Amino acid sequence: MILHAFFFYLFAAVTVASAFMVISARNPVHSVLFLILAFFNSAGLFLMLGAEFLALILIVVYVGAVAVLFLFVVMMLDVDFVELRQGFLQYLPIGALVGIILLIELLVVLGGWTISPDIIAAPTTPIPALAEMSNTEAIGAVLYTRYIFFFQIAGLVLLVAMIGAIVLTLRHKAYAKRQNISEQVGRDPNTAIEVRKVESGKGI
Amino acid sequence: MEDLLKDYVPIVVFIGISLVIGLALLVSPFLLAFKSPDAEKNSAYECGFNAFDDARMKFDIRFYLVAILFIIFDLEVAFLFPWAITFGKLGWYGFTSMMVFLAVLTIGFIYEWKKGALEWD
Repeated sequence: MILHAFFFYLFAAVTVASAFMVISARNPVHSVLFLILAFFNSAGLFLMLGAEFLALILIVVYVGAVAVLFLFVVMMLDVDFVELRQGFLQYLPIGALVGIILLIELLVVLGGWTISPDIIAAPTTPIPALAEMSNTEAIGAVLYTRYIFFFQIAGLVLLVAMIGAIVLTLRHKAYAKRQNISEQVGRDPNTAIEVRKVESGKGI
Repeated sequence: MEDLLKDYVPIVVFIGISLVIGLALLVSPFLLAFKSPDAEKNSAYECGFNAFDDARMKFDIRFYLVAILFIIFDLEVAFLFPWAITFGKLGWYGFTSMMVFLAVLTIGFIYEWKKGALEWD
């Protein structure tokens, strides 16, 4: 049990520290790398709750894909980071509002914990129990039937994302020559060669 | 719960070993290697020229498109895993639900194929 607590505090502390570094690192590439570290440690926290599937999906999807995407965006946007920091005061009211809302939510969590310390146990206990059913199985048992609406909406959101990305970014170069395999294979000597009589002293 | 976490002890051991090796390789040059820096040694070297401009340049947006299409199909596959595990229990309702999901994404796939988003000029 003490080992359990040790790993919890290790993962939680590294997550909070790297999340802080994400917003305070001067170099945006370092920010993204700290974001990956934060993802890994949150995956560790998920694992400690018994949510293996979510932990590994977090690593595969967020670390593997989203972080790569963030890196692309950081590399592609040719932004002057000194200029970016000058807008700090301009965004302060919205940032402060979000911060206050998060603080209130944290206080609600803490308040619930002081009123009844057992309340933490309810959301952290897997339903059904882990001995009965693994985490992946528990998700599968409800996601495709009971929560079919959200599942199908997720599919439509992915479709919209796909079409949106293509519409916004796909520009074919006008001069690019592509290979047309059926045209290539369909050639025969009759269509490939033309024999012309050339009169002497004249061109074609 | 404890049994489940016990399965992950080897991973913790591996992470510990890799941290030790990584840190040893990172720190030992600082302690052991001979150092005599000068301005020329520390300057950027680009085939004998001074560096022309910043190393961070804008690159083709196509990389971004490929990455985003990869994420979408990555997520599609992620949805398939719990479905495959509970396949026997879900019955026809769960089966058709997944087939509709796959059909929606296949429409997107056909669209991107026909648009030539998978081709690199």
